[in-house]
Amino acid sequence: MNKQLAINKRLAMKKRWVSPRILLPLVSFSVLLIATFALQERAMSYLGLNLLFNLTVPIALATIGQLLVIMVNDIDLSVGAFVSLVACIAATVLVQHPWLGCLILAALVLAYAVIGALIHKLRLPAIVVTLGMSFIWDGLALLILPAPGGTAPTWLRALMTVKPPLVPMAVAAAVLIGLASHLLIIRSGIGTVLRGLGGNVRSVTRAGWNDTLLFALAYGLAGLFGVLAGLTLVGLYTSAGANVASSYTLLTIAGVILGGGEFVGGKVSPIGAVLGALTLSLAGSLLAFMHLSPDWQIGAQGAVLIAVLAARLLFNRHGASSNAIAQEATA
Amino acid sequence: MALTRALSRTLHITALGIATLVIATVSAVPAYSDTSDKRIALSNNYAGNAWRQEMLSAWRTQTSRAVKIGTVAAADAFTIGENRPTDQAAQIQNLILQGYDAIVIDAASTTALNGAVQEACDAGVVVVSFDGIVTAPCAWKVVNDFRQWGREEVEYMAKRFPEGANLLEVRGLPGTFVDDDLHQGIVDELKKHPQLHLVSSVEGDWAQDVTQQAVAGVLPSLPKIDGVLNQGGEAYGAAQAFRASDRKMPVIILSNAQDELAWWAQQDRDNGYQSISISNAPGIATVAFWVAQQILDGKEVPKRLTVPLLHIRQQDLDSVLAKTPKGSVADQIFSQADVEKLIAAARDKAVQRSQEASQ
Repeated sequence: MNKQLAINKRLAMKKRWVSPRILLPLVSFSVLLIATFALQERAMSYLGLNLLFNLTVPIALATIGQLLVIMVNDIDLSVGAFVSLVACIAATVLVQHPWLGCLILAALVLAYAVIGALIHKLRLPAIVVTLGMSFIWDGLALLILPAPGGTAPTWLRALMTVKPPLVPMAVAAAVLIGLASHLLIIRSGIGTVLRGLGGNVRSVTRAGWNDTLLFALAYGLAGLFGVLAGLTLVGLYTSAGANVASSYTLLTIAGVILGGGEFVGGKVSPIGAVLGALTLSLAGSLLAFMHLSPDWQIGAQGAVLIAVLAARLLFNRHGASSNAIAQEATA
Repeated sequence: MALTRALSRTLHITALGIATLVIATVSAVPAYSDTSDKRIALSNNYAGNAWRQEMLSAWRTQTSRAVKIGTVAAADAFTIGENRPTDQAAQIQNLILQGYDAIVIDAASTTALNGAVQEACDAGVVVVSFDGIVTAPCAWKVVNDFRQWGREEVEYMAKRFPEGANLLEVRGLPGTFVDDDLHQGIVDELKKHPQLHLVSSVEGDWAQDVTQQAVAGVLPSLPKIDGVLNQGGEAYGAAQAFRASDRKMPVIILSNAQDELAWWAQQDRDNGYQSISISNAPGIATVAFWVAQQILDGKEVPKRLTVPLLHIRQQDLDSVLAKTPKGSVADQIFSQADVEKLIAAARDKAVQRSQEASQ
């Protein structure tokens, strides 16, 4: 009896303490950060942290967008093209005709919601639909900006180069994105229902929710984060091009998985995803500081991903066995 | 006791005074700073063709000597894995973190690196862009005069065909400022020579195969072609297209690619083929390196520096060809003295221009 109490207590403590889903991204991020600081102490300053992470802000936002789609058991292969399109609009139309620009961006968010509803209503595979959409976004981006160029709206440029006291912009933004998406997806009522879609659609509909509207909402939110990613991107790079964010599709999927998300079951972690995005770009910087040839960097980033996933598998096995112990004890 | 204390105090103050004086004189010495502890990095966006390979090797040979004799502490070259501005911006920010004093850039985009370049300038890093330049105002720009290139091509044709001629233009990669400038130079100069007719224009993307296909496609619809204007890297492809048709080989302006020069030499031997070769030497990277070194040395360098084009005359063809490895491009390396001369000339020109403006 005493033994069982002790086990229960331990398990309860474990639950209250950080879950492994967030623990692992936190550990891998910290390890890389410490290694980076050890190699390059200049990074350990206000300016250094900003240089290290400011280009990750749009990737982190796009990763949350991807997470929202993965959360409902789909995958979005059009993120890169979509963010590029938003960037092209932000660098051209939004500068010349701000209202028209805002209207187009709102329409894009709506388009994302409609796509989500259609995918669900017509039982289409999201992987095919979003792949197809990526060509449409790409084509639209080329129509708007045939050759790379454009200029960032001054307010966006000011926003992305702001120098807040104490904490650099990049860190403040990462914390803000992590907390806001955590509140939206994990803590809020609607976020919980949306995660339920990934778990079991039928039970959500039986509880009286309109599933098509919920899918539209999840995709619409993903579109909103995609728009935010494109805007911040232009603020950072000061111009845009039709394939400026082409690498984002794979980076965001890797970020979500690295951050403790899973492809099925609505099991995701927004804070983990932000950490995952930061970890991926940190891995790039770390390899550069190690004077590793860029030819190896993409492979090395993949190796980091595999290492973290392997570690997660070990964690999960361990978790499963400790659950088994608990069950045995109750029996 | 009190006396000694007072004395020591006076001495102290005097010593301080002298020290201040010394510091004052030292800082009054004209800006001559040693660059032996300065580190310069090359951020390169692409290495996948002969021109870029030659550019990197020119950088290596010039800078390794400079490092060995202690002109600078380091001059490392970094090429990004994929030719993407986002990757290069991240690379530049990493180079700032690594504490380089100057970053020399061959840019993936004229505008998309401006954010990272601004970060570098704000951190006190000297930024010099060349070949693929950036538009950020704080960066130095080392460029070739591509309009001049276009004008020279037409001038040569005017000399060869005083009675008039039909010309075909092969253009480069659309949307790039190099293509725009070269084309503009050609258009400007053609206005002065009404006897020359530009009968058609095709897109060659600076590649032999694309050019050959484009020229072969348009040839059947064209009248007799006397000359071909191009942007470097297309001449051999154009020649192949003409050879495949039964037309007479026109006068094709050549560039510095080894295969073109070899073809030219062969044609010269066979039937006395005459032409000229104009190109932008990959050695422009060495100009950018020395410009960065000069700026770090406290020298005043104009923000925009034009590097002369590389010309290969018919009489020098064999000697140039002997020096150029197969598959590579002919080059011109610039030494520190060469670049100092370039800078002085540009400075004089700027002064002259401002005087003219004030008059």
